[in-house]
Amino acid sequence: MRPVLIRLEDITRTYHVGEVDVDALCGITYQVLQGDFLGIMGPSGSGKSTLMNIIGCLDRPTNGSYFLSNEEVSKFSKRQLAITRNKRIGFVFQSFNLLSRTTALENVELPLLYADIPTKEARELAYKSLELVGLKDRELRKTNQISGGEMQRVAIARALVTNPTLIMADEPTGNLDTKTSIEIMGIFASLNKEKGITVILVTHEADIAAYANRVIHIRDGVIEREDIKRDIRKISKGEVS
Amino acid sequence: MKIRRMLRIFRVSIRALKRNKMRTFLTMLGIIIGVGAVIAMVSIGAGARAGVEARFAAMGTNMLTIQSSSRGIGGVQSGAGSMPLEVELVEQIINSCPSVLYASPVYQTRVQVVYGNKNWNTSIQGVGANFPLIANWEIDLDYAGGRFFDETDVRSGAKVCVIGADISTNLFAGADPIGQTIRVKTVPFTVIGVLKAKGQSGFGSRDDIIMGPYNTVSKRLMGANAQLQSIQVSAVNEQAVDQAQQEITELIREQHKLMPGATDDFTIRNMADIATSAADATNILTILLGSIASISLLVGGIGIMNIMLVSVTERIREIGIRMALGAQEIDILVQFLFEAIVLSLIGGIAGIVLGYGVSKLLHFIPTFSTMTTIVSPTSVLLAFGFAAAVGIFFGFYPARRASRLDPIEALRYE
Repeated sequence: MRPVLIRLEDITRTYHVGEVDVDALCGITYQVLQGDFLGIMGPSGSGKSTLMNIIGCLDRPTNGSYFLSNEEVSKFSKRQLAITRNKRIGFVFQSFNLLSRTTALENVELPLLYADIPTKEARELAYKSLELVGLKDRELRKTNQISGGEMQRVAIARALVTNPTLIMADEPTGNLDTKTSIEIMGIFASLNKEKGITVILVTHEADIAAYANRVIHIRDGVIEREDIKRDIRKISKGEVS
Repeated sequence: MKIRRMLRIFRVSIRALKRNKMRTFLTMLGIIIGVGAVIAMVSIGAGARAGVEARFAAMGTNMLTIQSSSRGIGGVQSGAGSMPLEVELVEQIINSCPSVLYASPVYQTRVQVVYGNKNWNTSIQGVGANFPLIANWEIDLDYAGGRFFDETDVRSGAKVCVIGADISTNLFAGADPIGQTIRVKTVPFTVIGVLKAKGQSGFGSRDDIIMGPYNTVSKRLMGANAQLQSIQVSAVNEQAVDQAQQEITELIREQHKLMPGATDDFTIRNMADIATSAADATNILTILLGSIASISLLVGGIGIMNIMLVSVTERIREIGIRMALGAQEIDILVQFLFEAIVLSLIGGIAGIVLGYGVSKLLHFIPTFSTMTTIVSPTSVLLAFGFAAAVGIFFGFYPARRASRLDPIEALRYE
């Protein structure tokens, strides 16, 4: 049996907008296993981004507990959250969020700066990571000189470089054409299958969500339903690992 | 925080500054001008102070000046009127004040001096033979046979005089004046010596002067109503100046029959006190110049704060990315603080060079050519330290603002 990576217990998140309290999440209880490929779907305003921010340690729940590898992240300080994001989580965003006018290599090295990895070692790791996403020999291109698909590959390389257990992908194909979307999703799928990295994917496109082996549908701050894909390979892999 | 991490964040800051070279330069310019102005201004003040001190040292610091109150400066005159000083007082002071070494009467009047076809308007002082010892005058020995007049000349009312360096230049134009006769208000005086130059004072040249025996000057040039201008006294040493002042005060009060409690009808000015107050005045000048210049440094600091705030706003997205990738608050704070400090430190160094340059080049501007400037290490350190403090102070708020951003909002910022 694979170990539990994420355990969410009755998570709520309330925003104070002026005088009014808005409940973005109203009691989410869920579990993600190591090596899962989880899709989170829902219309805009459903709370899926809020959930993604909490799982990604960018935000803390108002109530409830969040355990990441049995550590109660919901009780972490800002500093501990920053360290957790740095060492254990990789982010891939819809709008890439790369530093402009900077080379691909420098972007990929960025998380290693905050991980106190020595410069030389960081450079090697960044090269390896870029090679993994198929960007060998493009390391020194500036981010404003490459295509959207390449930008997202750089972002994935950056997410991978710290060797995280979890990759959070927030609408990673939202700004890409279909062909490039398929390529990018292929990278996520192979990272999940071959490296056993847990991937959490937020999307509102069903065909993108289809890459996941479980999909939860969020509506009005609660999990409406869960789809579990009967994927033979997945199940057999799950049994193996 | 690890040193290595600091160094790498420092590199990030430097890169950000390099990316906007023009903006970086203009922001630094505020600090450059501020620090430069502080150093240049303080150097002018310090130069003025040194000049004043040197001048007073040349006048003799154990000198006292006694004047009748009618000549008093800026004071309220007592209704009883004041007694003029009598020349006999000089003798009495020497006889009854043990702390007094020398005393000399001083008569002074403005005169027209003629030599050959040259005319010169100057002042003549009638003094005692010991006057050079009191007021630190020396005879210029470049002129052979030059001497000051002696007691015999004074007693006999000899028509001899010594002339200041300016008179020598203006009337004799390089020729040897010793033994020549000049006409002072039609009275012929024989020049027996030339005084060594003392240079400028705050009130013009001190070398534009003629000195003669006081008997001669008062009787021949000032007539029956000749009034003693002052009595110059020197104390036995610098420590005895206050004691001498007290002894003279008691003597004159007794002479003038002043009741205890009545105000003095004369004033005694002590050179050391005057020197101190003059030095204080130049200190105030230094502080004033320094503070005005500091304001420009402050303005430079506000410039840094302004540009750092703009820079933070421009880079909110970048800050969000860094935070998502694991930058802690302190990392962001340090990154932006470094930028501000680098701006102010490089600006500070350039400002020191500028200030030093200005203070040295000032001599080449005709209006300032006589001004001495002194760049002291203290003023350099002070200006530099102040610049660094300005960088930290004005850089801290924007940096803190950057570090306090919410990563989610920052990432969403357009």
